[in-house]
Amino acid sequence: METLERIIAEHPFFAGLESQYTNLLTGCASNVRFDAGTYIFKEGEEANEFYLIRAGKVALEIFAPQRKPIMLATLGEGEILGWSWLLPPYQWRFHAHAVEAIRAIALDGKCLRTKCEQNHDLGYEMLKRFAKIMEQRLEATRFQLLDVYAVGR
Amino acid sequence: MATAATTDPMLPEPYSVRQVVKETPDTFTLTLEPSNGAGGSRFQPGQFSMLWVFGVGELPISISGDPAERDRLVYTVRSVGPATQKLVSRAVGEAVGVRGPFGIGWPVEKAQVRDVLVIAGGIGLAPLRPVIYEVLHNREKYGRLVILYGARSPRDLLYRKELAAWARQRETQVLVTVDYGGLSWRGHVGVVTTLFKYARLQPARSLAFACGPEIMMRFVARDLETHGLASENIYLSMERNMKCAVGFCGHCQYGPHFICKDGPIFSYDRMRPLLEKYEL
Repeated sequence: METLERIIAEHPFFAGLESQYTNLLTGCASNVRFDAGTYIFKEGEEANEFYLIRAGKVALEIFAPQRKPIMLATLGEGEILGWSWLLPPYQWRFHAHAVEAIRAIALDGKCLRTKCEQNHDLGYEMLKRFAKIMEQRLEATRFQLLDVYAVGR
Repeated sequence: MATAATTDPMLPEPYSVRQVVKETPDTFTLTLEPSNGAGGSRFQPGQFSMLWVFGVGELPISISGDPAERDRLVYTVRSVGPATQKLVSRAVGEAVGVRGPFGIGWPVEKAQVRDVLVIAGGIGLAPLRPVIYEVLHNREKYGRLVILYGARSPRDLLYRKELAAWARQRETQVLVTVDYGGLSWRGHVGVVTTLFKYARLQPARSLAFACGPEIMMRFVARDLETHGLASENIYLSMERNMKCAVGFCGHCQYGPHFICKDGPIFSYDRMRPLLEKYEL
């Protein structure tokens, strides 16, 4: 049977993380499931966790007045959902909509923030990993903004 | 087999339109057959023809059909100006002049035994479709076939039925993403490079073929290198304004290369110094 610690240790996001830290992370982790069609979180709500997606697909959506929700990106197996738990004001910036049924590991952000404050080496490891995710998503967003497939580009 | 390319490369051969298929609101696939009833033209995946729309002009268009179907030539054309508009408006039986095929195609022989990674953006899937046919017809010669395809929106996706059929083939993975997905879209949303993490790549045994807007190919090639593919194993389909198609006129010169005769397919290690130059 797979333990939470093993799942966390084997997740690409935590590749190379020392076992003492995966042990600390496991103390903040739990298995979660979301049915297709449900919202995992909504814009403006308190952001107190992030998710390691193990199966399924999540759409990040944003609402504009008098328009249908706009789907900004999808995330799937092996990816990380959510970094608003890491930075004040700890509120979600988008809606996360389960397009397919989701199996994930939820990591309690409050618990993790406390552990990172107590152990700055763990905090640095977490920040390095999230900075990489943020860089990848920023680059993808810039590429998306170029609208390269439009006529005349 | 006689072709225009083996006789006078500047002389168009008469073809007639056999079929026109609307792929998206602005993109059409034309099937042409020789008007004189002779055999069609052999081509290598990635080669292109010059299509004459009589009284309007001549256009360089990549061949998007099956290399094994030698009695016809197939082209997928996006209507973006007067000449392409006239071309896609041809009725069945109407004449089109064809010169070619021209250029150096995708190095499919180098891909044998390896995994073949096909990365397309927008209408860039058209010049890659012959590669897909080649691999699927000769399945035993190749490793996994991975097709990663990005488009602007679901309505802009080419060959939707074929994409679904290819996904059902053995050792074939097809992933499709769009930049802007409506709420009814259940596929991926994001740029084509975001699909790499789902592709189960084996960089050391893969050859990548990419076609799409040049800026897309820059992002793709750079990301593939980050994933461990060597630059000499990444191939790009380049595009510049072409006129003669045989290296006489110089219209398509790109640094030291003529896209029409030295390309249009080049390895990334040859293109990188040029791709990174401003205003070239």
